[in-house]
Amino acid sequence: MTYPGLIAETVAFQGHNGDKGEAYYARPTGMGKVPGVVMIHHLPGWDEWICEATRKLAHHGFAVITPHLYFREGPGSPDDVGARVRAAGGVADEQVIGDVKAAAAYLRAQPNSNGKIGTIGYCSGGRHAFLAACRAPELDALVDCWGGNVIVDDPKALNAKRPIAPIDLADKINCPILGLFGNDDENPTADQVNRTEAVLKKLGKDYTFHRYDGAGHAFFNTTRISYRPEQAADGWTKVFAFLHKHLG
Amino acid sequence: MCSYILEKTKLHGSAKGPSGWMRVDTANVYYDHPYHAPLDHALAMDFICEADGARERVAVEISRESALDLIEAIKAALASGDAAHAIPVHTKMPRACATLVASENEVASLF
Repeated sequence: MTYPGLIAETVAFQGHNGDKGEAYYARPTGMGKVPGVVMIHHLPGWDEWICEATRKLAHHGFAVITPHLYFREGPGSPDDVGARVRAAGGVADEQVIGDVKAAAAYLRAQPNSNGKIGTIGYCSGGRHAFLAACRAPELDALVDCWGGNVIVDDPKALNAKRPIAPIDLADKINCPILGLFGNDDENPTADQVNRTEAVLKKLGKDYTFHRYDGAGHAFFNTTRISYRPEQAADGWTKVFAFLHKHLG
Repeated sequence: MCSYILEKTKLHGSAKGPSGWMRVDTANVYYDHPYHAPLDHALAMDFICEADGARERVAVEISRESALDLIEAIKAALASGDAAHAIPVHTKMPRACATLVASENEVASLF
């Protein structure tokens, strides 16, 4: 394939409740109508790697928007804002779902949109992506990359901000699902991945899970010692193929 | 882990932040995925001043082993410092921010 040129920039978007925030938006140039993807960052925040991942997907033919889920705690650098959010116990699921829906609407409103929108998230963002697919029927594909706490074994982990285990809403998912997991991960554990798969199978969902030996959490992340180049290369290939298949 | 688990401790002192020296009254401590350190998990400490709105922080992300070494280094530094200053080890020092108010006579009686 010929790799396209890109435009990548920080844009303003209206999130949950119409709150005005910022997002990183990358899209290929000269390709006409393209599918869209809402990318969801991990708990530490809207960092450099997530912007690289945004551009990586755009490089493969998608218009990608990655909302800064913590923008309401700004202004400030993303790491400082992320620290404030952590100290406050994280962001509410309802707010994140609203932000993802708003980001999807942003993509759909662009002249380059082919009308198909998927979502991908990493770590806590994988959980958020799973949750968004449960609550946003307008999404056409879900990629969950090692989302922790999709299954909640300790009821104390549920609270006002995270009132429901995402797995308990899985019957609402109407789009195909791709899951990537490291077998050495502690959250989700291999057992939790198996139990998530069992629920999706029982519900008759369209899902594909890939489990990687020799990998734990965040094995795509090139800034971490958890990075596993071979598993990551294979995983990215599966992400591109899945999203192209289901988003056109 | 993406656990949202955070330990919070009150303290009394100062730290040098992005705008210079500032008072700090709180440390948020957690062991989770770092923002910057090239580690899978890191012991992170954010020194902030909640009384001033906690808009700035002094942040540290270190490995688990480094954190344990740091604990020992702090204990050793306090022990040697206490010995040098002849402070009985059982003496309790003020831990949180406090305002000390005393009359001239009370201050004079200390000397």
